[in-house]
Amino acid sequence: MPPFVKRYQMLIVLFTALFSVNAVAGSQLLATGGVTQVEGSAGGGLVPWAVIAGYGDANEYSSGAFTTQVDLADFRLHSVGAYASWDNRWELSASQQRFTVKQTDVVLRQEVYGVKARIAGDVLYGPGPQWSLGVQYKRLLDDAVAQSLSADKTHADLDVYLAASQIHLAAFAGYNVMWNATLRASRANQLGFLGYGGDEQQRHQSLLEVSALMLVRPDLAIGVEYRQKPDNLSAIKEDDWYDVFVAWFPNKHVSVTAAWAHTGRIAGSDKQEGMYWSLATFF
Amino acid sequence: MKSSLLSCGVLLSSALLLSLPVHSQSLYERLGGEAGMLAITNAFIEEISFDAMVYPYFRTSDIGRFQAKFSEQLCVAVNGPCEYTGDSMLLVHRGMGIDEAAFNRTVELLQAAMTREGVHHTDQNRILKQFAPMRADIIHQ
Repeated sequence: MPPFVKRYQMLIVLFTALFSVNAVAGSQLLATGGVTQVEGSAGGGLVPWAVIAGYGDANEYSSGAFTTQVDLADFRLHSVGAYASWDNRWELSASQQRFTVKQTDVVLRQEVYGVKARIAGDVLYGPGPQWSLGVQYKRLLDDAVAQSLSADKTHADLDVYLAASQIHLAAFAGYNVMWNATLRASRANQLGFLGYGGDEQQRHQSLLEVSALMLVRPDLAIGVEYRQKPDNLSAIKEDDWYDVFVAWFPNKHVSVTAAWAHTGRIAGSDKQEGMYWSLATFF
Repeated sequence: MKSSLLSCGVLLSSALLLSLPVHSQSLYERLGGEAGMLAITNAFIEEISFDAMVYPYFRTSDIGRFQAKFSEQLCVAVNGPCEYTGDSMLLVHRGMGIDEAAFNRTVELLQAAMTREGVHHTDQNRILKQFAPMRADIIHQ
């Protein structure tokens, strides 16, 4: 990524949002596109959902960008990327994550390229949940740490997932409720920053990721997420992640998500948790 | 720090529970009965008539008939003492070629109409829940 983009990405995301409010965002109803998860796919904060990014429906095109920061006790995770989607069927995404070890100059960068296809159903109109199949191709740019931990692969790897999402209108005291369940095949250690596979487990394993949320207002969602993680390396333990989030959709062009994320043990540091902030735009 | 996650969750859920509306009236009564049905329908017609995307579908419609039949349909959707005497959704929308985008836009116009008439968003959701299954008979006909 050019240094200019890296430095001003927050401003770029914000300005494109502000100057595009008159553009057509797509016809789908507010909040039904979800937000952008940390690896760049449409979803919650941690979990990719079956929804296709943006508000485009059949024969409509959508694109957007996002920036996310998770500030943990000993680490900082920063993710920035963009997506394009069309026909409410195909979603392409590209993102870069930077994992910083605080008070050191250690920075681990990873790129993720995602493709997602809606294979059946409609998240709002059913019948049944919307189903999507997705892949995330991960490329680790800084692999020295992964090598020192004897990760099985340190260059690149593929995650594959099947996701189901459904919105239930007026399901709880008149409030709309949404759930999502994702089955992911992965061997990425800490999203991939610590390589892929290890001495305890080399192969991909099936991991469950779930989200549930309620729209307390048409433009405000609160929810919880859980993401099962692999634990492939004998040298260091890896815990499952979970979070509690609030997502605000002031209009169809921007969303702001705040969460409290609990990420457990990371690279030998215990009890990592902290604030998650994310800004996403939709055109 | 572990307790902060918990307290965050407790805070959110209590805020939510406090905001839960308690209803002693039926949905039909809350919306103002027959007059309420008509008011929402009229607001909906007005929203449609100012919308460049959706209005063309209504250009040749008999507005008086639409007003009467939609009021009935709304009344049935909220469990009011009415009967729907109009044609089936399939028949009404045949040949109109309504796509997903036009359908979604019409839902937004209905939401706007209900908001204008002071319908709480949980009641709006209850109404949309009744209308949602009709989508299959409305689009691509």
